[in-house]
Amino acid sequence: MTASSPGTAETVDQPVQPPPANVPKVRGFRPDLRLSILFGVLVVLCVIGYVTGPDTFLSESNISTMLRLAAAIGVVSVGMTFVIISGGIDLSVGSMVALASVWMTTLATQSYGPFVMVVCALAVGLGAGLINGLLIAYGKLVPFIATLAMYASARGLAERLSGRRTQVVNQQGYLDFFRGAFLGIPVLIWMLAVVYVVGWVVLNRTTFGRRTFAVGGNAEAARLAGINVKRHTAMVYAVAGLCCGIAALMVVARTTSGASTNGLYYELDAIAAVVIGGTLLTGGRGTLIGTLIGVLIFTVVNSIFTQNNLETDVQNIAKGVIIVAAVLLQYGTNRTRKT
Amino acid sequence: MEKNEIPVLSLTGVSKRFAGVRALTDVSLDVRAGEVLALMGENGAGKSTLLRIVNGDHQPDEGHVELDGVPVHHTSPAAAHHAGIRVIAQEPEIIPHVDVAENVFAGALPNRGRLFSRAAARRQARQFIADLGFADVIPVDALGRQLSPAQRQIVEILRGLTGKPRVVAFDEPTSSLSDHEVDILFALIDRLRAEGIAVVYVSHRMKEIFRIADRIAVLRDGALVGVRPAGETSEDELVRMMVGRDLDAMFQRTGHEPGEVVLSLEDVTTDDVSDVSLTVRQGEIVALAGLVGAGRSELAKAIVGDVPIRSGTMVLQGKRIRMKSPTDAVRAGIGFAPEERKAEALILDRGVRDNVSLASLRRLSKLRFVNQRAERALVSRFVDSLRIKAPSMEQHVRKLSGGNQQKVVLARWLAREPALLILDEPTRGVDVGAKAEIYGIINRLAESGTALLIISSELPEVIGLADRIVVMKDGRVSGELPARATEEQILALAMSENEIEEEAS
Repeated sequence: MTASSPGTAETVDQPVQPPPANVPKVRGFRPDLRLSILFGVLVVLCVIGYVTGPDTFLSESNISTMLRLAAAIGVVSVGMTFVIISGGIDLSVGSMVALASVWMTTLATQSYGPFVMVVCALAVGLGAGLINGLLIAYGKLVPFIATLAMYASARGLAERLSGRRTQVVNQQGYLDFFRGAFLGIPVLIWMLAVVYVVGWVVLNRTTFGRRTFAVGGNAEAARLAGINVKRHTAMVYAVAGLCCGIAALMVVARTTSGASTNGLYYELDAIAAVVIGGTLLTGGRGTLIGTLIGVLIFTVVNSIFTQNNLETDVQNIAKGVIIVAAVLLQYGTNRTRKT
Repeated sequence: MEKNEIPVLSLTGVSKRFAGVRALTDVSLDVRAGEVLALMGENGAGKSTLLRIVNGDHQPDEGHVELDGVPVHHTSPAAAHHAGIRVIAQEPEIIPHVDVAENVFAGALPNRGRLFSRAAARRQARQFIADLGFADVIPVDALGRQLSPAQRQIVEILRGLTGKPRVVAFDEPTSSLSDHEVDILFALIDRLRAEGIAVVYVSHRMKEIFRIADRIAVLRDGALVGVRPAGETSEDELVRMMVGRDLDAMFQRTGHEPGEVVLSLEDVTTDDVSDVSLTVRQGEIVALAGLVGAGRSELAKAIVGDVPIRSGTMVLQGKRIRMKSPTDAVRAGIGFAPEERKAEALILDRGVRDNVSLASLRRLSKLRFVNQRAERALVSRFVDSLRIKAPSMEQHVRKLSGGNQQKVVLARWLAREPALLILDEPTRGVDVGAKAEIYGIINRLAESGTALLIISSELPEVIGLADRIVVMKDGRVSGELPARATEEQILALAMSENEIEEEAS
C-alpha cells in the first residue's frame, strides 16, 4: 500500500487546474457519421435506380420529375423539423396543405388574381399553424392532441369549402409562373431549394433557431435563461403552418387544382423523413440536411418502384423497412459513440 | 473488531486508461473483513472508475483484483454480483411501474414453483425491509414511481443487500437522504461491519466519513495519495491530500466597499415565504442561510419572477418592479443559476458555446442574426477566464464534469453582466478544486460591482464568502449576521428551539 505524507502531497502539483487547456478550436467541416451513413443510403438507392433503369433513372426529365414531386413534402418537412426539434409534433400538416390549397382556389379567391391566391395560401397556412401554436403554448394542450384536432377540422373545413369538388385553377398567370422554369430549372425546385436554404439559415444562424434548440433541449432551462418559451412555441407551429401554405402553392401548381384530398398522409411522410434524417423525436437535436436527405430517399424509392412497375403496396412495405433500418443504423452509431 | 489476515477485497497495481487518458494509475488498496473503508477524492479523481472495476463493469489494463486472496476477472456486473460484490449506484435505477418488493428483488424474485407470487414477494420484502430497519421509511406496496428520491435511494441500497454480499460499496449514498434516514443507514452499515462484510464508502461529506469510516483512502488524479486510519487524521489533512493545498486558501477575500443598493425587498410574501425584507448592494455578497425547506429557493424564484409575489414591494436599482416571468427578470438585469443544474440550467445536448451565449443572444445578434464571430469571442473569453475544461467550444455539456458544468452556467450569467446575480447552491456536486475556483469567480464578480445573493447549505461556504448573512426559517427571515459569524450563530437562527437536528445540511 502506498502512503505518502501530506507534505509530499502538497508539492506534487500546485494549482489545482492546469493552465488554460482551452484554445478555441479552428472550425471546419466535421463530417457527421450519421449524415454520412444517410447519404450513403441515398447513393446506394440511386445506384439501384440506375441499374434497374439505366436509360431513364438519371435522365434530366426523371430527376426533374422526382424533385418536383418531392418539393411539397420537402417544404412541409422543413416546418416539421422545426416543430420536432422544439420538442413537439404536428399531425395536422397534411390537412393544412389541403385547406390552404382549397381556400386559394375558390372562385372568389381566384377572382382577385394570382397574387391574392398566393397571399391567401400563405395566410391560411400561417393562421392554422398559429392556432395550433396558441392552443399548445397558452391553452396547455399536448401537441399531439392540439394538432390531431387541427388534423380533423382543417380537412373538414376544406371539404366544406370545396363541397368535395376539385377546384380547377383558371388563372393562367399563376400556372405560367409556378409551372415555369428559371435558368432551365423548374420554379418548384427553386422554391424547394430556397425554403431549405432559408430554413437552414434560420435554424443555425438566428436567435430563433438557437431558441428552438434550447426550448426542445430543456424548456425549463430556456425559460429560466430568459427565453419566452410560450411565445416561441407558438411561433414554431406558425412556421410549420407557413410551410404548409408554401407546399399548397406547389401542390396546386402541379395538379392545376385545389382539392380537399390534397396533402393526404403528408404528416406521416414528413415525420418519417425528419426521423430518418436523424432528428430526435424527443426534441433538442436535429438537422435540416438530414431531413432533406430523408425526403430524397423516399422520393428515389418511389421513383424506383414506379419505373419498375411495382405495386404501391410493396412500395409501402419498403418504406416501412427503410424507416426502421435508418433509425436502427443511427441508433447503432449513437451507442458506439457513447461507450 | 476482528481483522482477518487476508483482505476480502484487494486491488494490486490496478491501472486503467480510456482513449489514452489515464483514469487510474497503479492503485493498490485492501479492504478487510469487518471494516468500513472510506474512499475520497475530487470528481474525476478515479473513484467511479475504481468502483466500476470492482463491479466488473470495466476490466483493469494492468494489475489485478483479488477476492478472499483469489484473483478474479469479473467480466460483467452480473458475475461480480454472483461473487458477492455489490456496488450501490449513486443514481438509483428504479422500475417505475412495479412495487417496492419487485424493485428490491429485481432479478432475484421469489418463486412459488415456476410462477411468480406477488403475495410471497411482498411478504418476503416486508420481512427483509423490517430486518434492515427501514420498515417505517419504505412502503412495501408503493410503486416505484411513487417513491421520493430518498426512498428510491434506500430501495437501491436494499437491492444491493439481497443475497449474500461479501463486499458492499456505497457511492454517495446519502446525497438525497434526510438525517433520520442517514441514521438508519449508518446503523445498517454498523451491522454489516459486525457481520464481517467489507464496506467501501464513497462520499464528499467529511462529517459522515469521520462518523462511519475505520480507514480513509484518498485518490487524486487517478492515483492513491494515501490511506489514513480515521482516528489519526483530520479534515484539513484530507482536503490537503485531495487538493494539494489548504482549505483556508479557498476563500481569498479582499475587502470591498459595498456600493448603492441594487435589490431591496420589503415585506415580500409569496405562497411559500412571508414578509421577507432584505437588501443587496453593489459589490456585496449576501448569503441566504437556513435549513432545507426554509424557503430560500422559493424566495429566489419569486425574485426572478418564476412564482408570483402576493404582497410587498421589490425595488431593483431604484425602480419598483414586478416580474411576470423570468424573461422580465433577465431583461431587468437579474441572473439566476438554479440549484438543479441539469434540470433547470443546462441544455445538455448542446455545446458549451450555445449554453454560454443563451442569455446573451439578443445582445449578440443584429436583426435576429447571431453574430457568430462576436459570440465565439465572448464565449472563449469566459471559457478562458473561468478555466472551463472542454476539448472545444462545441463539446456537449452533458460530457463535462459537474464543476465544469457549473462554470458553464456561471459563464452564461457573467457574459450577460447582470446587476444582480442569484446563485442557488453554486458548489453542489462540485469537486474541491473547482469549488475553490468558483469561490474565486464569485469574489471577482463582487469586486467588479455585481450584487450577489447566494443560497448555500454549506456553512463554511456561507461564512467564507458572505459580507452579510441572512438566515431564513419557515419562510421568514429569522435574523441577519455580519461577515465572519460562527456556525453556531447561524444554526441558532436557522433552527427553532424544539428542533432536534443539529446541523443544516
